[in-house]
Amino acid sequence: MRKSGRQLFAGPYLIWIIGFILLPLAMIIYYAFTTSGGTFTFENVAAIADPVHVRSILLSLKLGIICTIVCLLLAYPLAMILNGLKIKQQNFVVFIFILPMWMNFMLRILAWRLLLSNNGIVNAIFQFFGFGTVKMLNTQTAVVFGMVYDFLPFMILPIYNSMARIKNDVIEAAKDLGASDAIILFKIIIPLTLSGIISGIIMVFVPALTSFVISDLLGGGKVLLIGNVIEQEFMQGTNWNLGSGLSVVLMIFVIASMALMNIFDKDGGGTAVW
Amino acid sequence: MVKKAASRIYLALIFLFLYLPILVLIVLSFNNSKSRVVWGGFTLKWYAECFKNETITNAFVTTIQITLAAAIISTLLGTLAAIGISAMKKKNKAIMLGATNIPLLNADIVTGIAMMLLFVKFINLGFVTVLIAHITFDIPYVILNVLPKLNQANRYTYEAALDLGATPLYAFFRITWPEIKSGVFSGFLMAVTMSLDDFSITFFTKGAGVNTLSTMLYTELRKGIRPELYALSTILFLIAFLLLLVMNHRSSSEGKGAKQAI
Repeated sequence: MRKSGRQLFAGPYLIWIIGFILLPLAMIIYYAFTTSGGTFTFENVAAIADPVHVRSILLSLKLGIICTIVCLLLAYPLAMILNGLKIKQQNFVVFIFILPMWMNFMLRILAWRLLLSNNGIVNAIFQFFGFGTVKMLNTQTAVVFGMVYDFLPFMILPIYNSMARIKNDVIEAAKDLGASDAIILFKIIIPLTLSGIISGIIMVFVPALTSFVISDLLGGGKVLLIGNVIEQEFMQGTNWNLGSGLSVVLMIFVIASMALMNIFDKDGGGTAVW
Repeated sequence: MVKKAASRIYLALIFLFLYLPILVLIVLSFNNSKSRVVWGGFTLKWYAECFKNETITNAFVTTIQITLAAAIISTLLGTLAAIGISAMKKKNKAIMLGATNIPLLNADIVTGIAMMLLFVKFINLGFVTVLIAHITFDIPYVILNVLPKLNQANRYTYEAALDLGATPLYAFFRITWPEIKSGVFSGFLMAVTMSLDDFSITFFTKGAGVNTLSTMLYTELRKGIRPELYALSTILFLIAFLLLLVMNHRSSSEGKGAKQAI
């Protein structure tokens, strides 16, 4: 009796879920499968096969995968080093590595624009050493730089958390039994941190795949990701149905990539980073 | 020994990668020259201009209003929801948590567009729609912080208090609240950070007149970079630093280590 009474506390939230989570999703799906006149159509979703859209989704996948791999390669050794520090140092160092993540996202992009621009710091250093000016801003490289900078902490934290859970005894036992460092890394540490790696990959890949701001501000309008195409349909064009159709396709890509990663994640709880 | 040195160098390099951009912003905010590479002497004038600039101050005020309002409302709704969900049977619980995960896992751009499509049917986009959108993506963070605390709490003490004649409200504040307090507070802080940092969802639900710092910066950055923005960056970096320091202090005084709260 008391228990069923307590359930009622979730009532307002249930209404909120229906009104502001499920209904908006229903709207976007409705728009995706109708014309502006309201008749049913597959055209908006099928428009993904348009060469322009294919190119942008392939570019999104490419940059997203590069960004995820770079983040993983940077974050994994970092997490191992962090984990090897003394506890007191550890808290401090982790603090330092997540602090930039707390600064406004837009300002981090601003910083990279300053660094990479033709009269920016990086080029000033290049010129000092006689390399001449290298055009970096408004290229795909700049976009990847921005993405890695923005999303790196999302890779560091889950890997570091899963590494911190490994008991030292296990590693010592392996050492006593004569395992080399490489064997310990590949047979013990990597398998035990797999769920952290997977949630890191999801948390970096999904925002990288769907980003439109980084490509807009660091790519100077020349790097057209699928997010940019969708954004333009809504903000500059007027074809909301097409924009919704492409959004639904993007959503399918996100779900598919998560499902794909979950196959590798045997113990489940990996996504619970927060 | 070599290994230790190598790991130190690696830490330093990543540190440089993360902080060089921020350092550049901070240095430039005191630079008495519009150039990005020439040092023209120390000045505070960009700070003065930053505070005089109405676009910036308006966006700052709006950001604070939206963030605080959204965080408070979502903490209330989310805590209540967590209490309700914890009392549910397994199947209903799974359904509620599944729905809670949608805004967390879905791409921001899709969440933003979906809400915009709904809002334009009923009201003009503006402050209210941004607020509703922020509450929607804040609530899951509150629930995910409060629910584990409720699950850890001893279920029988609350019932015992009722059996001994306490009113439900009294029992809640004397028994349940102390156990979930820290979760509610971390949920609130998480909601604050998510709201402060959000761009995509705000961008699609804001309409013409309203601007938070993120959307204002986006418009400004597309026009070009003005030195006041360096001053703003420095101020915001300091705020982020203090906020994180508070959160870190709280979670380490709880004796659970910093990483759990973050």
